[in-house]
Amino acid sequence: MTRRPLAVVLAAVAVLALAGCAEPASDAAPAATASATASASATPTAAALSGTIVVDAAASLSGVLPPIATAFEQAHPGTTVRLTFGGSSALAAQIVAGAPVDVFAAASTKTMQTVSDAGLAAAGPVVIARNELEIAVPPSNPGKVTGLADFADGARTIVVCDAKVPCGAAAQRVFALAKVAAKPDSYEPDVTSVLNKVELGEADAGLVYRTDVLAAGGRVKGIPFPEAAKAITAYPIAPLKGSAHSALAAAFVDEVVQHGAARLRAAGFLGP
Amino acid sequence: MSGALEAVLGVRRGAFTLDVRLELAPGTVLALLGRNGAGKSTALAALAGLTALDTGRIVLDGHVLDDAAGGRLVPPERRPVGTVLQSAALFPHLTALDNVAFGLRTAGASREAARHRAMHALERDGLADLADRRPAALSGGQAARIALVRTLVREPALLLLDEPLAAIDAEQRPPLRERIAARLAAFPGSTVLVTHDVRDAAVLADEVAVLDGGRLVQRGPLAALREAPASETVARLVEG
Amino acid sequence: MPAALGALLLGGPLVALLLRAPWIALPALLAGPVVLPALGLSLGTALASTAICLLVGVPLAAALAGSDGWPLPLRRAARALVATPLVLPPVIGGIALLLLLGRTGLLGRPLLAAFGIGIPFSTTAVVLAQAFVGLPFTVLSVEGALRGVDPRFPAAAATLGASPWIVFSRVVLPLAAPGVAAGAVLSFARALGEFGATITFAGSLPGVTQTLPVAAYVALTDDLPAALAIAVLLVVVSAAVLVSLRERWLVGLRP
Repeated sequence: MTRRPLAVVLAAVAVLALAGCAEPASDAAPAATASATASASATPTAAALSGTIVVDAAASLSGVLPPIATAFEQAHPGTTVRLTFGGSSALAAQIVAGAPVDVFAAASTKTMQTVSDAGLAAAGPVVIARNELEIAVPPSNPGKVTGLADFADGARTIVVCDAKVPCGAAAQRVFALAKVAAKPDSYEPDVTSVLNKVELGEADAGLVYRTDVLAAGGRVKGIPFPEAAKAITAYPIAPLKGSAHSALAAAFVDEVVQHGAARLRAAGFLGP
Repeated sequence: MSGALEAVLGVRRGAFTLDVRLELAPGTVLALLGRNGAGKSTALAALAGLTALDTGRIVLDGHVLDDAAGGRLVPPERRPVGTVLQSAALFPHLTALDNVAFGLRTAGASREAARHRAMHALERDGLADLADRRPAALSGGQAARIALVRTLVREPALLLLDEPLAAIDAEQRPPLRERIAARLAAFPGSTVLVTHDVRDAAVLADEVAVLDGGRLVQRGPLAALREAPASETVARLVEG
Repeated sequence: MPAALGALLLGGPLVALLLRAPWIALPALLAGPVVLPALGLSLGTALASTAICLLVGVPLAAALAGSDGWPLPLRRAARALVATPLVLPPVIGGIALLLLLGRTGLLGRPLLAAFGIGIPFSTTAVVLAQAFVGLPFTVLSVEGALRGVDPRFPAAAATLGASPWIVFSRVVLPLAAPGVAAGAVLSFARALGEFGATITFAGSLPGVTQTLPVAAYVALTDDLPAALAIAVLLVVVSAAVLVSLRERWLVGLRP
């Protein structure tokens, strides 16, 4: 009896250590710990779906997945879906480092690739939606931003995602396509940070996903631009290896693929 | 000669009340004798300015230092009063020399002048070889003597000594007592010495005032108190 | 046994980190264009924020150490105020700083209107974020040290003609020096590792606001070895700086 709690503590310590730098995503750590405890104590039953799965998903899916998860839990009593949202690259890094996660939904195929390259995808990733960038400005548009060209103006405060995360990679692509030498004041670690800074009025403009602008309601104003259509990001989802509830994980992925389309479209995503 | 003191000391601390009238002629040494909690240290703190009076007043050489009714209170750093606290209280982060120089620097002397005068004062008391030591490297007796030099170098009109021998080993007390006596003999101001040991009073003081429960119960030369103690407490304190 | 568990909790992650660190590729990773500017920025801003912590934290600690005469609710409020950055998630602390000093913020808006000074996304913002999260360490450590000073020493200083300021600066503060040094060291360490408030309030721009922890986090998103390399550097630098500061500041203060 003394050994197992210690093992759980050690696992938690390791997870915390790996998530140590990732403060915005730090709610991932307790969730992961909880799952470690659950998978250590749950007795696997064969047929009926039951148990708890941990789903790590790109921040931009945070408006869509919760209702899908709730519907799934209601359809399968005895199941719990724990959702964790964050920058998908950071989540991928945690998964590769050994965080106990059952399902991963990324904001780019490249990010999903790091997980499948590590041999951690239990099945081929399926693209569930696509998204494109939009310029977000505060409702009053204090910087009088009209298009992508304004991002080259050093006098305006501009924030974009870091090129290492999907929204940043897409941003670099649209700048290249539009031949704009952007002068950002900050390269944010995820799209939520970009949106927050625009919403707080600290930035004159930022590049976020179309869905983020929609989800923010009236708190930011979206400005579409033509190059966005050529830098579309895909959202792949995959069940992960090593899951203690692989059937449940596969069932949840199915649910999202089969029945998530309407909700995704309503949130502003493009079809797969 | 200076140090003419007229004081009515009234201090309330919860249930305890100090209410003592003290007069002191210039150049004399008065020992405040009493048991623990008799109010000796409170009286000393009031004279030093570390405790404000609730009632009464303190007048030194015609200057009002504290007047509870008149709302006048001279802070300790501006009183011509020198205090040697219990266990010497030398600053542990300064050498003996800089401890002595401290009170000269506060009076406006340059660092160099203060050190020069401090060294001179230590030499006069045969303490020059200790000048570079930190207090941690001094014996209790050495610390007590340096603390006395530190206070006297400022040439106060009134000197206050709080149990100067309490922290000293028993066998070292008599010689140290003699040294202090010699030092006081050369001091032109007046002195109030707080002690619970009648031997200190016998060697150092001209007069003894016995405090009990915050009140002055008897005052006079030690011999007179021994001859006719006003109470059992006085008798016990002055015997030996 | 609990002590061993405690040591494991503290040392375990460190050991795991060092075991997984890409030692062979380390020089190449650290020599890249990201790490050195971030290191310089981290050291510079951490030193600046430590200076601010001392400059405002010591007087604050002195006020708290002398607060026993204040009414109890006021004392409690002051204490809670000092602890705020400790309990506030750093990211929220960063948002709070934006709401105060951002260009639409409480002070930020008039500051921008009057002087044209915009604080967010600047190195100043990094320093302020670090000072915000580091200040409690200075204040609490210094306050404890000030309270620990034997009251006979300030009393003796006063009777030797020292004004309250001289008593504080020449007697009380030197006697509390080990606590002041400890507070500075803790604030510095906290500043060096600061991430959440920095990324929120100052953002991430290489050479301007991208400190080592921010660089590590950004690297973590697609390059775990690079992130681990930065983490190793951060650990080594903090250890080196803490040890050297400790030696330098405490030598000669002991009696």
